[in-house]
Amino acid sequence: MKMILTVAGKELRSLFASPMAWVILAMLQLLLGLFFANGVDRYFEAMQGAMPPEQRMGFTAFVVPQVFGVAVLVLLTAVPLLTMRLIAEERKSQTLVFLFSAPVSLFEIVLGKFVGLMAFISVVVVLLLAMALSMNAATDLDVAHVLTNALGLWLMAASFSALGIFMSSLTQQPIIAAIISFIALLGLIIIDSFAADPESPLNYLSLMRHFEPLSSGMLNTSDIAYFVLFIATFLVLTVRRLDADRLRG
Amino acid sequence: MDTVTVEVRDLTRVYGSNAVVRDVSFNLNKGEVLGFLGPNGAGKSTTMKMLTGNLAPTAGSVKICGIDIVDNPKEAKALIGYLPETPPLYKELTVDEMLALAARMHGVARGNVKRAVAHAKERTGLTEMGKRLCENLSTGYQQRVGIAQAIIHNPMVVVLDEPTRGLDPIQIRDIRALIKELGGEHSVILSTHILPEVEMVCDHVQIIHQGQLVFSGEIDELRHSRKSDTLLVGLRRPPAGEVLAALSGVVAVETAGDLVRLKLAEADAAGAVAESIVQAAVAGDWALYHVAPDAPSLEDVFLQLTQLEEAV
Repeated sequence: MKMILTVAGKELRSLFASPMAWVILAMLQLLLGLFFANGVDRYFEAMQGAMPPEQRMGFTAFVVPQVFGVAVLVLLTAVPLLTMRLIAEERKSQTLVFLFSAPVSLFEIVLGKFVGLMAFISVVVVLLLAMALSMNAATDLDVAHVLTNALGLWLMAASFSALGIFMSSLTQQPIIAAIISFIALLGLIIIDSFAADPESPLNYLSLMRHFEPLSSGMLNTSDIAYFVLFIATFLVLTVRRLDADRLRG
Repeated sequence: MDTVTVEVRDLTRVYGSNAVVRDVSFNLNKGEVLGFLGPNGAGKSTTMKMLTGNLAPTAGSVKICGIDIVDNPKEAKALIGYLPETPPLYKELTVDEMLALAARMHGVARGNVKRAVAHAKERTGLTEMGKRLCENLSTGYQQRVGIAQAIIHNPMVVVLDEPTRGLDPIQIRDIRALIKELGGEHSVILSTHILPEVEMVCDHVQIIHQGQLVFSGEIDELRHSRKSDTLLVGLRRPPAGEVLAALSGVVAVETAGDLVRLKLAEADAAGAVAESIVQAAVAGDWALYHVAPDAPSLEDVFLQLTQLEEAV
Protein backbone atom coordinates (compact mmCIF):
# COMPACT_ATOMS: atom_id res chain seq x y z
CA MET A 1 0.00 0.00 0.00
CA LYS A 2 2.82 2.37 0.91
CA MET A 3 4.52 1.60 -2.37
CA ILE A 4 1.33 2.22 -4.33
CA LEU A 5 1.13 5.67 -2.77
CA THR A 6 4.81 6.31 -3.45
CA VAL A 7 4.34 5.49 -7.14
CA ALA A 8 1.11 7.52 -7.21
CA GLY A 9 2.84 10.48 -5.61
CA LYS A 10 5.60 10.35 -8.19
CA GLU A 11 3.05 10.31 -11.02
CA LEU A 12 1.19 13.29 -9.60
CA ARG A 13 4.44 15.19 -9.19
CA SER A 14 5.44 14.45 -12.79
CA LEU A 15 1.99 15.47 -14.02
CA PHE A 16 2.16 18.84 -12.31
CA ALA A 17 5.81 19.33 -13.26
CA SER A 18 4.70 19.67 -16.87
CA PRO A 19 2.32 22.36 -18.09
CA MET A 20 0.05 19.63 -19.44
CA ALA A 21 -1.84 19.07 -16.21
CA TRP A 22 -2.39 22.78 -15.61
CA VAL A 23 -3.50 23.41 -19.17
CA ILE A 24 -5.94 20.52 -19.10
CA LEU A 25 -7.36 21.63 -15.74
CA ALA A 26 -7.79 25.22 -16.92
CA MET A 27 -9.31 24.35 -20.30
CA LEU A 28 -11.70 21.81 -18.78
CA GLN A 29 -12.83 24.30 -16.20
CA LEU A 30 -13.37 27.02 -18.82
CA LEU A 31 -15.23 24.74 -21.21
CA LEU A 32 -17.44 23.16 -18.57
CA GLY A 33 -18.10 26.55 -16.98
CA LEU A 34 -19.33 27.86 -20.33
CA PHE A 35 -21.57 24.84 -20.82
CA PHE A 36 -22.93 25.18 -17.33
CA ALA A 37 -23.71 28.90 -17.75
CA ASN A 38 -25.28 28.15 -21.08
CA GLY A 39 -27.38 25.39 -19.49
CA VAL A 40 -28.64 27.78 -16.82
CA ASP A 41 -29.62 30.33 -19.50
CA ARG A 42 -31.48 27.77 -21.54
CA TYR A 43 -33.29 26.51 -18.48
CA PHE A 44 -34.72 29.98 -17.88
CA GLU A 45 -35.63 30.36 -21.55
CA ALA A 46 -37.42 27.02 -21.65
CA MET A 47 -39.26 27.51 -18.38
CA GLN A 48 -40.33 31.06 -19.05
CA GLY A 49 -42.58 30.04 -21.94
CA ALA A 50 -46.08 28.91 -21.24
CA MET A 51 -45.40 25.29 -20.40
CA PRO A 52 -47.96 22.84 -19.12
CA PRO A 53 -47.04 21.98 -15.53
CA GLU A 54 -46.64 18.26 -16.31
CA GLN A 55 -43.89 19.04 -18.83
CA ARG A 56 -41.89 21.15 -16.45
CA MET A 57 -38.74 19.62 -15.07
CA GLY A 58 -36.39 20.47 -12.26
CA PHE A 59 -33.20 22.43 -12.68
CA THR A 60 -31.05 19.44 -11.73
CA ALA A 61 -32.56 17.11 -14.32
CA PHE A 62 -32.40 19.78 -17.01
CA VAL A 63 -28.86 21.13 -16.60
CA VAL A 64 -26.70 18.68 -14.67
CA PRO A 65 -26.83 15.53 -16.91
CA GLN A 66 -26.11 17.73 -19.88
CA VAL A 67 -23.00 19.30 -18.36
CA PHE A 68 -21.70 15.98 -17.07
CA GLY A 69 -22.41 14.40 -20.45
CA VAL A 70 -20.23 17.04 -22.07
CA ALA A 71 -17.59 16.43 -19.41
CA VAL A 72 -17.49 12.73 -20.42
CA LEU A 73 -16.82 13.68 -24.02
CA VAL A 74 -14.14 16.17 -23.03
CA LEU A 75 -12.43 13.59 -20.82
CA LEU A 76 -12.63 11.14 -23.69
CA THR A 77 -10.04 13.30 -25.42
CA ALA A 78 -8.16 14.47 -22.32
CA VAL A 79 -7.59 11.12 -20.61
CA PRO A 80 -5.70 9.47 -23.52
CA LEU A 81 -3.39 12.50 -23.51
CA LEU A 82 -2.73 11.95 -19.81
CA THR A 83 -2.35 8.16 -19.93
CA MET A 84 -0.20 8.03 -23.05
CA ARG A 85 3.05 8.82 -21.31
CA LEU A 86 2.50 6.72 -18.18
CA ILE A 87 4.30 3.61 -19.43
CA ALA A 88 5.23 4.29 -23.06
CA GLU A 89 7.45 7.21 -22.13
CA GLU A 90 9.09 5.35 -19.26
CA ARG A 91 9.86 2.55 -21.67
CA LYS A 92 11.28 4.99 -24.19
CA SER A 93 13.51 6.81 -21.71
CA GLN A 94 14.43 3.51 -20.01
CA THR A 95 13.22 4.52 -16.59
CA LEU A 96 10.98 1.47 -16.34
CA VAL A 97 14.10 -0.36 -15.12
CA PHE A 98 14.06 1.89 -12.06
CA LEU A 99 10.62 0.61 -11.10
CA PHE A 100 11.38 -3.00 -12.04
CA SER A 101 14.56 -3.04 -9.94
CA ALA A 102 12.85 -1.68 -6.85
CA PRO A 103 11.31 -4.14 -4.39
CA VAL A 104 7.84 -3.40 -5.73
CA SER A 105 5.49 -5.79 -7.48
CA LEU A 106 4.23 -5.05 -10.98
CA PHE A 107 0.73 -4.85 -9.56
CA GLU A 108 1.82 -2.09 -7.18
CA ILE A 109 3.48 -0.20 -10.03
CA VAL A 110 0.42 -0.35 -12.27
CA LEU A 111 -2.02 0.39 -9.47
CA GLY A 112 0.19 3.25 -8.27
CA LYS A 113 0.14 4.84 -11.70
CA PHE A 114 -3.63 4.38 -11.89
CA VAL A 115 -4.18 5.87 -8.44
CA GLY A 116 -1.94 8.83 -9.24
CA LEU A 117 -3.84 9.61 -12.41
CA MET A 118 -7.20 9.14 -10.69
CA ALA A 119 -6.17 11.61 -8.00
CA PHE A 120 -5.72 14.16 -10.77
CA ILE A 121 -9.00 13.23 -12.45
CA SER A 122 -10.76 13.42 -9.10
CA VAL A 123 -9.70 17.06 -8.94
CA VAL A 124 -11.47 17.62 -12.26
CA VAL A 125 -14.61 15.83 -11.05
CA VAL A 126 -14.62 17.64 -7.71
CA LEU A 127 -14.23 21.04 -9.38
CA LEU A 128 -17.15 20.27 -11.67
CA LEU A 129 -19.18 18.97 -8.74
CA ALA A 130 -18.46 22.17 -6.82
CA MET A 131 -19.62 24.20 -9.82
CA ALA A 132 -22.90 22.28 -10.02
CA LEU A 133 -23.46 22.43 -6.27
CA SER A 134 -22.89 26.18 -6.25
CA MET A 135 -26.36 26.51 -7.78
CA ASN A 136 -27.69 25.25 -4.49
CA ALA A 137 -27.50 28.85 -3.32
CA ALA A 138 -30.11 29.91 -5.87
CA THR A 139 -32.33 26.86 -6.07
CA ASP A 140 -33.06 23.60 -4.33
CA LEU A 141 -30.84 21.05 -6.07
CA ASP A 142 -31.48 17.32 -6.12
CA VAL A 143 -28.10 16.71 -4.52
CA ALA A 144 -28.30 12.92 -4.85
CA HIS A 145 -28.88 13.27 -8.57
CA VAL A 146 -25.84 15.53 -8.89
CA LEU A 147 -23.80 13.00 -6.95
CA THR A 148 -24.77 10.04 -9.17
CA ASN A 149 -23.71 12.15 -12.16
CA ALA A 150 -20.38 12.85 -10.52
CA LEU A 151 -19.94 9.18 -9.68
CA GLY A 152 -20.79 8.26 -13.26
CA LEU A 153 -18.26 10.73 -14.61
CA TRP A 154 -15.63 9.46 -12.20
CA LEU A 155 -16.24 5.84 -13.16
CA MET A 156 -16.18 6.69 -16.87
CA ALA A 157 -12.89 8.55 -16.44
CA ALA A 158 -11.47 5.65 -14.42
CA SER A 159 -12.41 3.26 -17.22
CA PHE A 160 -10.79 5.55 -19.77
CA SER A 161 -7.67 5.66 -17.62
CA ALA A 162 -7.43 1.89 -17.19
CA LEU A 163 -7.75 1.33 -20.93
CA GLY A 164 -5.33 4.18 -21.63
CA ILE A 165 -2.69 2.74 -19.29
CA PHE A 166 -2.99 -0.63 -20.99
CA MET A 167 -2.55 0.93 -24.44
CA SER A 168 0.42 2.86 -23.10
CA SER A 169 2.02 -0.40 -21.98
CA LEU A 170 1.83 -1.80 -25.51
CA THR A 171 4.11 0.68 -27.21
CA GLN A 172 7.14 2.91 -26.86
CA GLN A 173 5.50 5.84 -28.61
CA PRO A 174 3.21 7.93 -26.39
CA ILE A 175 1.39 9.43 -29.39
CA ILE A 176 0.50 6.00 -30.73
CA ALA A 177 -0.81 5.04 -27.30
CA ALA A 178 -2.99 8.17 -27.23
CA ILE A 179 -4.43 7.57 -30.68
CA ILE A 180 -5.18 3.89 -30.07
CA SER A 181 -6.77 4.69 -26.69
CA PHE A 182 -8.92 7.40 -28.17
CA ILE A 183 -10.17 5.21 -31.02
CA ALA A 184 -10.80 2.25 -28.74
CA LEU A 185 -12.72 4.41 -26.25
CA LEU A 186 -14.72 6.12 -28.94
CA GLY A 187 -15.59 2.70 -30.34
CA LEU A 188 -16.69 1.47 -26.91
CA ILE A 189 -18.84 4.54 -26.41
CA ILE A 190 -20.71 4.44 -29.70
CA ILE A 191 -20.77 0.68 -30.17
CA ASP A 192 -24.43 0.46 -29.18
CA SER A 193 -25.50 2.58 -32.13
CA PHE A 194 -24.18 -0.10 -34.49
CA ALA A 195 -26.43 -2.81 -33.13
CA ALA A 196 -29.69 -3.06 -35.09
CA ASP A 197 -31.25 -5.29 -32.47
CA PRO A 198 -31.87 -3.33 -29.26
CA GLU A 199 -31.31 -6.55 -27.27
CA SER A 200 -27.94 -7.24 -28.88
CA PRO A 201 -25.12 -8.07 -26.44
CA LEU A 202 -23.09 -5.37 -28.18
CA ASN A 203 -25.21 -2.87 -26.34
CA TYR A 204 -24.10 -4.25 -23.06
CA LEU A 205 -20.47 -3.54 -23.95
CA SER A 206 -21.10 0.12 -24.56
CA LEU A 207 -19.71 2.35 -21.85
CA MET A 208 -22.45 4.90 -22.55
CA ARG A 209 -25.20 2.36 -21.79
CA HIS A 210 -23.85 2.10 -18.27
CA PHE A 211 -23.30 5.81 -17.83
CA GLU A 212 -26.82 6.83 -18.86
CA PRO A 213 -28.64 5.33 -15.85
CA LEU A 214 -26.23 7.10 -13.50
CA SER A 215 -26.71 10.27 -15.46
CA SER A 216 -30.46 10.09 -14.99
CA GLY A 217 -29.98 9.44 -11.29
CA MET A 218 -30.31 5.68 -11.18
CA LEU A 219 -27.68 3.74 -9.23
CA ASN A 220 -27.59 0.14 -10.52
CA THR A 221 -25.28 -2.47 -9.04
CA SER A 222 -24.88 -4.00 -12.49
CA ASP A 223 -23.56 -0.74 -13.94
CA ILE A 224 -21.11 -0.27 -11.09
CA ALA A 225 -20.00 -3.89 -11.47
CA TYR A 226 -19.49 -3.31 -15.20
CA PHE A 227 -17.19 -0.36 -14.55
CA VAL A 228 -15.26 -2.14 -11.81
CA LEU A 229 -14.75 -5.20 -14.03
CA PHE A 230 -13.75 -3.01 -16.96
CA ILE A 231 -11.11 -1.21 -14.88
CA ALA A 232 -9.83 -4.41 -13.24
CA THR A 233 -9.57 -6.18 -16.61
CA PHE A 234 -7.39 -3.52 -18.18
CA LEU A 235 -5.19 -3.10 -15.13
CA VAL A 236 -4.59 -6.86 -14.98
CA LEU A 237 -3.85 -6.89 -18.71
CA THR A 238 -1.30 -4.12 -18.12
CA VAL A 239 0.39 -6.15 -15.38
CA ARG A 240 0.50 -9.13 -17.75
CA ARG A 241 2.01 -7.00 -20.47
CA LEU A 242 4.74 -5.68 -18.18
CA ASP A 243 5.45 -9.18 -16.93
CA ALA A 244 5.97 -10.20 -20.55
CA ASP A 245 8.75 -7.59 -20.69
CA ARG A 246 10.53 -9.43 -17.94
CA LEU A 247 9.94 -12.88 -19.43
CA ARG A 248 10.65 -12.11 -23.07
CA GLY A 249 13.07 -9.25 -22.61
CA MET B 1 34.14 -15.32 7.76
CA ASP B 2 33.08 -15.16 4.15
CA THR B 3 29.41 -14.80 3.57
CA VAL B 4 28.05 -15.48 0.13
CA THR B 5 25.94 -12.60 -1.12
CA VAL B 6 25.42 -13.60 -4.72
CA GLU B 7 25.08 -17.16 -5.89
CA VAL B 8 24.56 -17.75 -9.58
CA ARG B 9 24.01 -21.25 -10.94
CA ASP B 10 23.93 -22.24 -14.60
CA LEU B 11 22.35 -19.00 -15.64
CA THR B 12 21.11 -19.23 -19.22
CA ARG B 13 19.11 -16.90 -21.39
CA VAL B 14 17.89 -17.87 -24.82
CA TYR B 15 16.33 -15.51 -27.35
CA GLY B 16 14.70 -17.64 -30.01
CA SER B 17 17.44 -20.11 -30.90
CA ASN B 18 20.23 -17.77 -29.85
CA ALA B 19 21.73 -18.37 -26.41
CA VAL B 20 22.93 -14.96 -25.26
CA VAL B 21 24.12 -16.22 -21.90
CA ARG B 22 25.07 -19.86 -21.38
CA ASP B 23 25.63 -21.68 -18.09
CA VAL B 24 27.16 -18.82 -16.18
CA SER B 25 27.88 -19.78 -12.56
CA PHE B 26 29.73 -17.89 -9.86
CA ASN B 27 29.69 -16.92 -6.22
CA LEU B 28 30.42 -13.57 -4.71
CA ASN B 29 31.31 -12.94 -1.08
CA LYS B 30 30.58 -9.95 1.07
CA GLY B 31 33.05 -7.14 0.56
CA GLU B 32 34.30 -8.30 -2.82
CA VAL B 33 34.35 -6.40 -6.06
CA LEU B 34 33.70 -8.52 -9.11
CA GLY B 35 34.57 -7.22 -12.54
CA PHE B 36 32.60 -8.45 -15.50
CA LEU B 37 34.63 -8.10 -18.63
CA GLY B 38 33.70 -8.77 -22.19
CA PRO B 39 33.51 -7.32 -25.64
CA ASN B 40 30.33 -5.61 -26.77
CA GLY B 41 27.43 -8.00 -27.14
CA ALA B 42 29.08 -10.69 -25.02
CA GLY B 43 26.10 -10.91 -22.69
CA LYS B 44 27.28 -8.64 -19.87
CA SER B 45 24.17 -6.49 -19.73
CA THR B 46 21.88 -9.48 -20.15
CA THR B 47 23.55 -11.15 -17.18
CA MET B 48 23.19 -7.95 -15.15
CA LYS B 49 19.50 -7.75 -16.02
CA MET B 50 18.98 -11.29 -14.84
CA LEU B 51 20.91 -10.67 -11.62
CA THR B 52 18.65 -7.74 -10.78
CA GLY B 53 15.38 -9.41 -11.72
CA ASN B 54 14.73 -7.29 -14.78
CA LEU B 55 14.84 -10.31 -17.02
CA ALA B 56 13.72 -13.84 -16.30
CA PRO B 57 16.40 -16.47 -16.90
CA THR B 58 15.57 -19.29 -19.30
CA ALA B 59 17.33 -21.69 -16.95
CA GLY B 60 19.41 -21.53 -13.82
CA SER B 61 19.02 -19.54 -10.64
CA VAL B 62 20.18 -16.33 -9.00
CA LYS B 63 20.25 -16.13 -5.22
CA ILE B 64 20.91 -12.90 -3.36
CA CYS B 65 21.92 -13.65 0.21
CA GLY B 66 20.19 -16.99 -0.20
CA ILE B 67 16.95 -15.51 -1.54
CA ASP B 68 15.93 -16.65 -5.01
CA ILE B 69 15.20 -13.65 -7.21
CA VAL B 70 12.57 -15.48 -9.27
CA ASP B 71 10.67 -16.94 -6.32
CA ASN B 72 10.90 -13.98 -3.93
CA PRO B 73 11.59 -10.99 -6.16
CA LYS B 74 10.59 -8.38 -3.59
CA GLU B 75 12.84 -9.59 -0.79
CA ALA B 76 15.75 -10.16 -3.15
CA LYS B 77 15.41 -6.83 -4.95
CA ALA B 78 15.44 -4.98 -1.64
CA LEU B 79 19.04 -6.19 -1.21
CA ILE B 80 20.22 -4.96 -4.62
CA GLY B 81 21.11 -1.55 -5.98
CA TYR B 82 21.28 -1.43 -9.74
CA LEU B 83 22.64 1.07 -12.21
CA PRO B 84 21.57 0.00 -15.70
CA GLU B 85 23.33 0.98 -18.93
CA THR B 86 21.30 4.17 -19.18
CA PRO B 87 20.89 5.87 -15.79
CA PRO B 88 17.16 5.62 -15.05
CA LEU B 89 16.35 9.22 -14.17
CA TYR B 90 13.06 11.01 -14.33
CA LYS B 91 14.10 14.12 -16.20
CA GLU B 92 11.37 16.28 -14.71
CA LEU B 93 12.50 15.70 -11.12
CA THR B 94 15.32 17.44 -9.30
CA VAL B 95 18.27 15.42 -8.00
CA ASP B 96 16.89 15.63 -4.46
CA GLU B 97 13.42 14.51 -5.52
CA MET B 98 14.83 11.71 -7.65
CA LEU B 99 16.96 10.36 -4.83
CA ALA B 100 14.18 10.72 -2.27
CA LEU B 101 11.93 8.73 -4.62
CA ALA B 102 14.60 6.05 -4.98
CA ALA B 103 14.96 5.86 -1.19
CA ARG B 104 11.23 5.49 -0.60
CA MET B 105 10.84 2.97 -3.42
CA HIS B 106 13.53 0.86 -1.82
CA GLY B 107 11.80 0.95 1.51
CA VAL B 108 13.92 3.47 3.41
CA ALA B 109 11.84 4.56 6.40
CA ARG B 110 10.23 7.98 6.02
CA GLY B 111 12.29 9.57 8.76
CA ASN B 112 15.59 8.40 7.27
CA VAL B 113 14.98 9.48 3.69
CA LYS B 114 16.58 12.88 4.10
CA ARG B 115 19.68 11.47 5.71
CA ALA B 116 19.98 8.73 3.08
CA VAL B 117 19.72 11.32 0.29
CA ALA B 118 22.35 13.55 1.88
CA HIS B 119 24.69 10.61 2.42
CA ALA B 120 24.33 9.29 -1.13
CA LYS B 121 24.90 12.78 -2.55
CA GLU B 122 27.99 13.21 -0.45
CA ARG B 123 29.46 9.90 -1.56
CA THR B 124 28.93 10.64 -5.23
CA GLY B 125 29.91 14.31 -5.05
CA LEU B 126 26.46 15.67 -5.79
CA THR B 127 25.99 17.82 -2.71
CA GLU B 128 25.90 21.05 -4.74
CA MET B 129 23.51 19.62 -7.33
CA GLY B 130 20.47 18.86 -5.19
CA LYS B 131 18.22 21.54 -6.64
CA ARG B 132 19.10 20.95 -10.28
CA LEU B 133 16.73 19.13 -12.62
CA CYS B 134 18.07 15.78 -13.79
CA GLU B 135 17.29 16.92 -17.32
CA ASN B 136 19.83 19.75 -17.12
CA LEU B 137 22.71 17.71 -15.76
CA SER B 138 25.68 16.72 -17.90
CA THR B 139 26.12 13.05 -18.78
CA GLY B 140 28.73 12.63 -16.07
CA TYR B 141 26.49 14.03 -13.37
CA GLN B 142 23.54 11.97 -14.60
CA GLN B 143 25.76 8.93 -14.28
CA ARG B 144 26.56 9.96 -10.71
CA VAL B 145 22.89 10.36 -9.85
CA GLY B 146 22.44 6.89 -11.31
CA ILE B 147 25.08 5.54 -8.96
CA ALA B 148 23.62 7.49 -6.04
CA GLN B 149 20.17 5.96 -6.57
CA ALA B 150 21.77 2.50 -6.66
CA ILE B 151 23.49 2.87 -3.27
CA ILE B 152 20.90 4.98 -1.46
CA HIS B 153 19.33 2.15 0.50
CA ASN B 154 22.68 0.69 1.51
CA PRO B 155 22.13 -2.55 -0.39
CA MET B 156 24.10 -5.74 0.18
CA VAL B 157 24.85 -6.05 -3.51
CA VAL B 158 25.53 -3.17 -5.88
CA VAL B 159 25.31 -3.96 -9.58
CA LEU B 160 26.82 -1.32 -11.84
CA ASP B 161 26.61 -1.61 -15.61
CA GLU B 162 29.51 0.41 -17.02
CA PRO B 163 29.61 2.94 -14.19
CA THR B 164 32.37 5.13 -15.65
CA ARG B 165 30.75 5.66 -19.01
CA GLY B 166 30.60 9.29 -20.04
CA LEU B 167 32.75 10.53 -17.16
CA ASP B 168 35.84 12.68 -17.43
CA PRO B 169 39.18 11.38 -16.07
CA ILE B 170 38.83 13.13 -12.70
CA GLN B 171 35.31 11.80 -12.22
CA ILE B 172 36.46 8.35 -13.29
CA ARG B 173 39.11 8.43 -10.58
CA ASP B 174 36.51 9.53 -8.00
CA ILE B 175 34.04 6.86 -9.03
CA ARG B 176 36.71 4.16 -8.96
CA ALA B 177 37.63 5.25 -5.46
CA LEU B 178 33.96 5.10 -4.54
CA ILE B 179 33.61 1.60 -5.98
CA LYS B 180 36.62 0.44 -3.97
CA GLU B 181 35.09 2.00 -0.88
CA LEU B 182 31.74 0.34 -1.57
CA GLY B 183 33.58 -2.96 -1.83
CA GLY B 184 34.39 -2.66 1.85
CA GLU B 185 30.86 -3.11 3.13
CA HIS B 186 28.89 -4.25 0.10
CA SER B 187 29.48 -6.67 -2.70
CA VAL B 188 29.92 -4.92 -6.00
CA ILE B 189 29.49 -6.35 -9.46
CA LEU B 190 30.53 -4.08 -12.25
CA SER B 191 30.65 -4.61 -15.95
CA THR B 192 33.06 -2.80 -18.15
CA HIS B 193 35.12 -3.13 -21.26
CA ILE B 194 37.88 -0.91 -19.91
CA LEU B 195 40.57 -3.36 -18.86
CA PRO B 196 42.73 -1.19 -16.57
CA GLU B 197 39.60 -0.32 -14.63
CA VAL B 198 39.14 -3.95 -13.68
CA GLU B 199 42.76 -4.19 -12.63
CA MET B 200 42.40 -1.12 -10.46
CA VAL B 201 39.21 -1.79 -8.56
CA CYS B 202 38.30 -5.47 -8.75
CA ASP B 203 39.26 -8.41 -6.56
CA HIS B 204 37.76 -10.94 -8.92
CA VAL B 205 37.50 -10.93 -12.64
CA GLN B 206 35.25 -12.80 -14.99
CA ILE B 207 35.65 -12.60 -18.69
CA ILE B 208 32.57 -13.41 -20.66
CA HIS B 209 32.63 -14.09 -24.34
CA GLN B 210 29.71 -15.09 -26.53
CA GLY B 211 27.63 -15.71 -23.45
CA GLN B 212 30.09 -18.03 -21.71
CA LEU B 213 32.61 -17.47 -18.98
CA VAL B 214 36.07 -17.94 -20.41
CA PHE B 215 37.98 -16.80 -17.35
CA SER B 216 37.03 -16.57 -13.74
CA GLY B 217 39.40 -15.95 -10.91
CA GLU B 218 41.31 -13.58 -8.73
CA ILE B 219 42.74 -10.46 -10.26
CA ASP B 220 46.21 -11.76 -9.31
CA GLU B 221 45.70 -14.77 -11.53
CA LEU B 222 45.04 -12.53 -14.45
CA ARG B 223 48.04 -10.44 -13.53
CA HIS B 224 50.11 -13.56 -13.28
CA SER B 225 49.09 -14.71 -16.71
CA ARG B 226 50.43 -11.38 -17.89
CA LYS B 227 53.80 -11.92 -16.25
CA SER B 228 56.33 -12.00 -18.98
CA ASP B 229 59.15 -14.39 -19.63
CA THR B 230 60.82 -12.10 -22.13
CA LEU B 231 62.89 -8.96 -21.75
CA LEU B 232 63.21 -6.23 -24.33
CA VAL B 233 66.65 -4.70 -24.37
CA GLY B 234 67.81 -1.71 -26.38
CA LEU B 235 71.56 -1.33 -27.02
CA ARG B 236 73.24 1.29 -29.21
CA ARG B 237 76.38 -0.80 -29.66
CA PRO B 238 75.15 -4.37 -29.27
CA PRO B 239 77.65 -7.19 -28.89
CA ALA B 240 77.32 -10.42 -30.84
CA GLY B 241 74.16 -12.39 -30.06
CA GLU B 242 76.15 -15.22 -28.45
CA VAL B 243 77.37 -12.85 -25.76
CA LEU B 244 73.82 -12.04 -24.73
CA ALA B 245 72.72 -15.66 -24.96
CA ALA B 246 75.57 -16.58 -22.64
CA LEU B 247 74.13 -14.47 -19.83
CA SER B 248 72.74 -16.65 -17.08
CA GLY B 249 68.97 -17.15 -17.26
CA VAL B 250 68.70 -16.31 -20.95
CA VAL B 251 67.43 -19.08 -23.18
CA ALA B 252 67.19 -17.46 -26.60
CA VAL B 253 67.90 -14.15 -28.31
CA GLU B 254 66.00 -12.62 -31.20
CA THR B 255 65.97 -9.16 -32.67
CA ALA B 256 62.80 -7.15 -32.61
CA GLY B 257 63.35 -4.05 -34.71
CA ASP B 258 65.96 -1.89 -32.99
CA LEU B 259 65.56 -3.85 -29.80
CA VAL B 260 66.66 -7.30 -28.76
CA ARG B 261 64.21 -9.74 -27.23
CA LEU B 262 65.63 -12.11 -24.66
CA LYS B 263 63.69 -15.22 -23.79
CA LEU B 264 64.19 -16.16 -20.17
CA ALA B 265 64.25 -19.53 -18.51
CA GLU B 266 61.66 -18.43 -15.97
CA ALA B 267 59.51 -15.36 -15.63
CA ASP B 268 60.41 -14.73 -11.99
CA ALA B 269 64.07 -14.27 -12.88
CA ALA B 270 63.39 -11.20 -15.03
CA GLY B 271 64.70 -8.84 -12.35
CA ALA B 272 67.96 -10.68 -11.83
CA VAL B 273 68.59 -10.99 -15.57
CA ALA B 274 67.90 -7.29 -16.10
CA GLU B 275 70.40 -6.52 -13.38
CA SER B 276 73.12 -8.63 -14.95
CA ILE B 277 72.41 -7.07 -18.35
CA VAL B 278 72.89 -3.61 -16.93
CA GLN B 279 76.16 -4.63 -15.32
CA ALA B 280 77.37 -6.33 -18.49
CA ALA B 281 76.34 -3.32 -20.57
CA VAL B 282 78.32 -0.96 -18.37
CA ALA B 283 81.35 -3.23 -18.38
CA GLY B 284 81.20 -3.80 -22.15
CA ASP B 285 80.19 -0.23 -23.07
CA TRP B 286 77.08 -1.40 -25.04
CA ALA B 287 75.26 1.91 -24.42
CA LEU B 288 72.12 0.46 -22.90
CA TYR B 289 69.07 2.71 -23.31
CA HIS B 290 66.12 0.40 -22.74
CA VAL B 291 65.44 -2.62 -20.64
CA ALA B 292 61.88 -3.65 -19.81
CA PRO B 293 59.81 -6.79 -19.48
CA ASP B 294 57.99 -7.49 -22.71
CA ALA B 295 54.63 -7.94 -21.01
CA PRO B 296 51.64 -8.78 -23.09
CA SER B 297 49.09 -6.05 -22.44
CA LEU B 298 45.88 -6.92 -20.67
CA GLU B 299 44.32 -6.44 -24.07
CA ASP B 300 46.50 -9.27 -25.40
CA VAL B 301 45.49 -11.55 -22.56
CA PHE B 302 41.91 -10.63 -23.17
CA LEU B 303 42.16 -11.32 -26.88
CA GLN B 304 43.95 -14.55 -26.18
CA LEU B 305 41.18 -15.69 -23.87
CA THR B 306 38.35 -14.68 -26.13
CA GLN B 307 39.96 -16.10 -29.24
CA LEU B 308 40.85 -19.32 -27.51
CA GLU B 309 37.15 -19.81 -27.05
CA GLU B 310 36.54 -19.39 -30.76
CA ALA B 311 39.03 -22.09 -31.61
CA VAL B 312 37.28 -24.66 -29.43
